[in-house]
Amino acid sequence: MKDWRYWLAEQRGTLLAFGIFVVMFTIYLVNHPAIENNGFTVNTVANVVQTASNKAVLLAFVAMAQTLVVITAGIDLSVGMIFILTNCLASWIVVGSPWQTALGVVGVLAAGLACGAVNGLIVIYGRLQPIVTTIATGAIYFGIALALRPFPGGDVNGDLADMLTGKIFGVVPASLVTLFAVVLIVWVPFKRSTVGRAAYAVGSSEAAAYMSGVPIRRARFAAYTLAGLLAAMGGLFLTFFTYTGEAAYASGNTYTLFSIAAVVLGGVSLFGGTGSAVGAVFGALAFRTIGDLLFVFDFDPLWQPLFQGVVLMLAVSLGAFGLFRVRNRLDWFA
Amino acid sequence: MNGAEPLFRMEGVSKRYGGVRALEKADLTVHAGRVHAILGENGAGKSTLIKIISGVVAPDEGRMTLDGREVTFPSPAAANRAGIVCIFQELSLIPDLSVADNIVISNAPTRFGMIDRRAQQRLAEDALARAGASDIHPKALVKDLPLSRRQMVEIAKALARNPRILILDEATSALTAADVTRVFEVLKRLRSEGLALLYISHRMHEIAELADECTVFRNGQKVDTYVAGSKTDNEVIEMMIGREYSHVFPPKPAAIASDKPPILETRHLSWTDRLKDISFNVRTGEVVGLGGLDGQGQRELLLALFGVLRGCSGEVLIDGTPVSIQSPATARSEQIGMALIPEDRKTEGLMLPMTVRDNLSFAALDRVSKNGIVDRAAEDRQIDEMIRLLAIRTAGTDIPVGALSGGNQQKVVIAKWLMRGPRIILLNDPTRGIDVGTKQEIYQLLRKLADAGAAIVFYSTDYDELIGCCDRVLVLYDGLVRRELVGEGITEHALVASALNIDDGAAAEPAAADA
Repeated sequence: MKDWRYWLAEQRGTLLAFGIFVVMFTIYLVNHPAIENNGFTVNTVANVVQTASNKAVLLAFVAMAQTLVVITAGIDLSVGMIFILTNCLASWIVVGSPWQTALGVVGVLAAGLACGAVNGLIVIYGRLQPIVTTIATGAIYFGIALALRPFPGGDVNGDLADMLTGKIFGVVPASLVTLFAVVLIVWVPFKRSTVGRAAYAVGSSEAAAYMSGVPIRRARFAAYTLAGLLAAMGGLFLTFFTYTGEAAYASGNTYTLFSIAAVVLGGVSLFGGTGSAVGAVFGALAFRTIGDLLFVFDFDPLWQPLFQGVVLMLAVSLGAFGLFRVRNRLDWFA
Repeated sequence: MNGAEPLFRMEGVSKRYGGVRALEKADLTVHAGRVHAILGENGAGKSTLIKIISGVVAPDEGRMTLDGREVTFPSPAAANRAGIVCIFQELSLIPDLSVADNIVISNAPTRFGMIDRRAQQRLAEDALARAGASDIHPKALVKDLPLSRRQMVEIAKALARNPRILILDEATSALTAADVTRVFEVLKRLRSEGLALLYISHRMHEIAELADECTVFRNGQKVDTYVAGSKTDNEVIEMMIGREYSHVFPPKPAAIASDKPPILETRHLSWTDRLKDISFNVRTGEVVGLGGLDGQGQRELLLALFGVLRGCSGEVLIDGTPVSIQSPATARSEQIGMALIPEDRKTEGLMLPMTVRDNLSFAALDRVSKNGIVDRAAEDRQIDEMIRLLAIRTAGTDIPVGALSGGNQQKVVIAKWLMRGPRIILLNDPTRGIDVGTKQEIYQLLRKLADAGAAIVFYSTDYDELIGCCDRVLVLYDGLVRRELVGEGITEHALVASALNIDDGAAAEPAAADA
């Protein structure tokens, strides 16, 4: 086999997610009322893309967070709550002069890191199951969020918010650029570092990783902590869009569950060891587009959960088509 | 055994697991530039010894010195840093990572804090070449490689760490004869470069070829250390098992002519490009061996018969009637009565955390239950009978099967299928990595079952077994039955020659390669 074929095999999940997203987004664009009315002008398309991307990056950040943990064969059910907690925190501290605002942003991100670190430490040193640990810590994080914002409210630095939710040169949505930058600054170095490789190793076979002298604890800790950071990025952006903080329980849970759906859609195996956050980002974008498709087809919003569920089912089934080609039934279980 | 200062020394090292003494006051001296073979049955303490040296478990007492300085290894990583690298019997590769990723897993080359993938590729190619496995692509995923290739990757990975002491624990058990030859060349070169090698193997002729000195363990204690070649094989085996060693293989009965249709027959059986037009038959009372190099379709043939593979063409006949076997559930049904002892007992044979009882009755649950309720009394009776029949050494039926030694685990896998009273028994390399004593018991058992009317298809990577156990041997090559050997015609020479797809006249080379 040639080198590129190995590359292709490795990227299959990501490319599939990308493909699903492109198809869905094209359908969305073509049927969008604004474009049907105005045609494909740069301005109209840019506006539609901006709105869509602003909504989708939230889930994309949370899905990236989920990916890191899922790669180690764990699962983080607290990402949605970290997302809510950091939103509430940001609505207090990302305000005031540029310096104060910058400090506030740092504070919000540090809070996310801290939440992730707590998850990691409990999973590693408490030796508890990730699923139970993060249900518990998630509830705690939500409790803190509620203490910070018993009622919706607060504010955020408007200049910063408008800048990051606007368009660069009037064309490219800034939120998308930020997402891209975060992938470049957080994910790529992680994936290429020894710690990142160790995270994959732990997820694929922890016993073999231990036998090979792989730093298992450091890998887990890095995955959970960075997951906290990425969820906080999501929380920050939520604040930029809404200008408020709200301890919304349902929203936190929804983001947690959607992040898992996005991760699977993005070709990341829940068994750990394979997949990429880039795939999960496309998974998240595709998942959001599924929801928006209803809007352009003028369906009753009441149908949205049902429709979203069906499309998700179909999309995930695409990834399972490979099973039809399996000639050795034992490979079903591999 | 005198001369240079020893590189590594172990004195009075003991280890207990619960009440069981795994190792009792063991001593071992390892010199640079020598191959030291460790012999002993499974459960003799070899694995524990290796685990202590390589930092997987901590000893209860005793001391270890490296270069005359006392050392302790709290983890495998610490042992690696000290230059002690172990190739484990249970593979330590990460299935979802590529070959190159695995080779550099513990010390990947980095630039600006990130892994330098070009340097990694170079290192991996280098290590593969040193191990004599340049045919493996560094970008291939480990999970896509067959067992024998994985084992070569494991060896390359160890070499990439530049060890001072290299421990090989049954590292050749999954290799093909050609690979073994190449690995031996590598090991001999390493020895001449001044490495110390600790070599654990059940294959006597490998030890005879490679070892400079040998230490025999039995029941957790060292029996003796001697210069290689100073004892006969029989003396060594007696030291290992502590009793007279005779008649490894039970006598074969004279061939019986029969006009009954064979109990199992295949006609033109094919599957993808791995099985090509395979026609053979097995009669009641026969042991038919499958030989050849590893990965020539033997495993696939057994899986195809057992209904695991989809899209097989050709015919399978039971008692002369064509049947369609589409799942293991069909294969084991009363009408067909087939059993498959799988290759990997840990994943396909046993549920390791579950009890010996549960594991034994899994395949026969329908036979010991009424209306879906398990009849515990009937189950107990059958289980007791099986434990007696196979002499399974277990503290009870309610302990996890994972707590048994490898040989006894394998007996549980076999017993679990015997509980169904199968008529056709397929075995996929059942003696891999188990001790001499258990092997001998399995050989006896196979013959006993055949005599009692079972038909046995037996794949083995060990030529001695095929010669000793089988009435007929089919040698597979690239998915084809290359040759069928019968009775006296089953010789090492013929097996090797046909395994390498060489005509008999030109067989001098492979015979040398196997020596």
